[in-house]
Parts: sequence; C-alpha cells; structure tokens
Amino acid sequence: MKWVLVLMVICATTVGDVFRSLGMRQHGEIHDFRPGAIGSAVGMVARNSFVIISTCAMAVSFFSFMKLVSIAPMSFAVPMSAAAFIPETLLARVLLKEAVDWRRWAGVGLILIGVVFISQ
Amino acid sequence: MTLTAKTRLFAVLTILSNVAGNSFLTRGMQQLGGIGNSPVALIAALFHPWVALGVVLLIVWTLTHMALLSWADLSYVMPVTAISYVVTAFAGRLFLGENVSLARWIGIVLVTAGVTLVGRTAASSALLEGKPQ
Repeated sequence: MKWVLVLMVICATTVGDVFRSLGMRQHGEIHDFRPGAIGSAVGMVARNSFVIISTCAMAVSFFSFMKLVSIAPMSFAVPMSAAAFIPETLLARVLLKEAVDWRRWAGVGLILIGVVFISQ
Repeated sequence: MTLTAKTRLFAVLTILSNVAGNSFLTRGMQQLGGIGNSPVALIAALFHPWVALGVVLLIVWTLTHMALLSWADLSYVMPVTAISYVVTAFAGRLFLGENVSLARWIGIVLVTAGVTLVGRTAASSALLEGKPQ
C-alpha cells in the first residue's frame, strides 16, 4: 500500500506540473496584475484543457500524499515525493524542450540528497 | 519590472505561500484529530480557522505558481522552489522550537547549494534562443 501511494504521488505530481507548465505556456506570459485582469486570466486558464488535467492530477497527488503521511513517517514520505523531480526534469527536457544544462541536473541531484538528510 | 525581478518576486511568493499554507493546514488537521473519511466531516473541517487559512494560502500558492510557469521553465521553477524544504526546517526551529540535527544542517546546505546552482541559469529557455550564452 505504501509503495502504491508513493507511485501515485510521484506520477500525479509529475503529470500535474508538466500539464500546468504546458497550459500556462499556451496561455502566454502573465504581465497584467490589476484585479480585473487577474480575474479574466483565471477565467481563461480555468477553461484550458491542460490546466484542467493538471488540477485533477494535483488533487490526486494532494490526497495520496495525505494518505501516505497517515500510514508512513514524514521522513519517508517527503523524500519519496521529492523523487518526482527526476521524471519532471526528464519530461521538461524531452516534452517541453527546455534547456536543461548540467547545472539544472546537478542542482536537482543536490536537492534530492539534501531532502533525504533534512527529512531525517 | 524586469523579468528577473518578476521571477524572483513570484518565486518568493510561491515558496512562502506554500510553506505557510501547509503549516496552517497541518496545524488545523492535528487540532481536529481523526475526522474519518466521510465527505461531510471533510467539508466541515474547511471551516476550522487554521484549515481555512491554510486553504486560502494554498490557493495563493496555486495562482502564483501558475503565473510563474507562464514565463519560466518547469526545470527552473521546480528546483528553485525546493528551497521551501529549507524554509520549513527553519520555521520548525523558530516557531515550534524543533531541534535542527547535524543531518538536517547537512541537508539544508545541500538543498541551498542545489537551488543556488539552478537559480544561476536563465529562468526561461525561450530567452536563450538566438542569444549567445
């Protein structure tokens, strides 16, 4: 059960972040921060199918994580869910065509090892 | 406002709303204790002051995170906002009087180094196109 939840958290977080990035990129850079403009941007984004998929995936991720911390210690749940950084960086490179250079990979590596230590 | 300044401002807002939102939510849920799995109990929990505050902050987190991703790379935003692990550790020490062990200090140094490394890359790959690096 524990590992099923870990897998669900990692997969749902990855899908959530990648689709959120796709949807927001499709929408374009937000540069108007007046209340009315934010309202219409939220309205537009809420109808974006990538963002809708992302929001559903984020909800799955949130509740799976909640369930995971109820049956496993935080020192296990937190670094395990941070492992989503690996598939996300890979997909950012392959699917989103981002310039992932050695500094981004090394940074992700340091962060992952660091999260394991912090969670102890 | 330059794009770099805007990226930094939104990264800070994303990190703080995430850490504060999760802390308030956890505090509220702990005060409520076991609420079971019934949907009614879950909805009722939303009206607990700490839970409500946590949810509002997590909505702020969602909006600032989405705004940030409208111009910045996912492979930039994701590692940079990981500094929230460090902020959480310090918040635990400051507000809850938690002890920061040697292992945690090592972790804090490693995460900070990783975030600094990624933070030195350009936030958006699109800006790199056609520009000499």
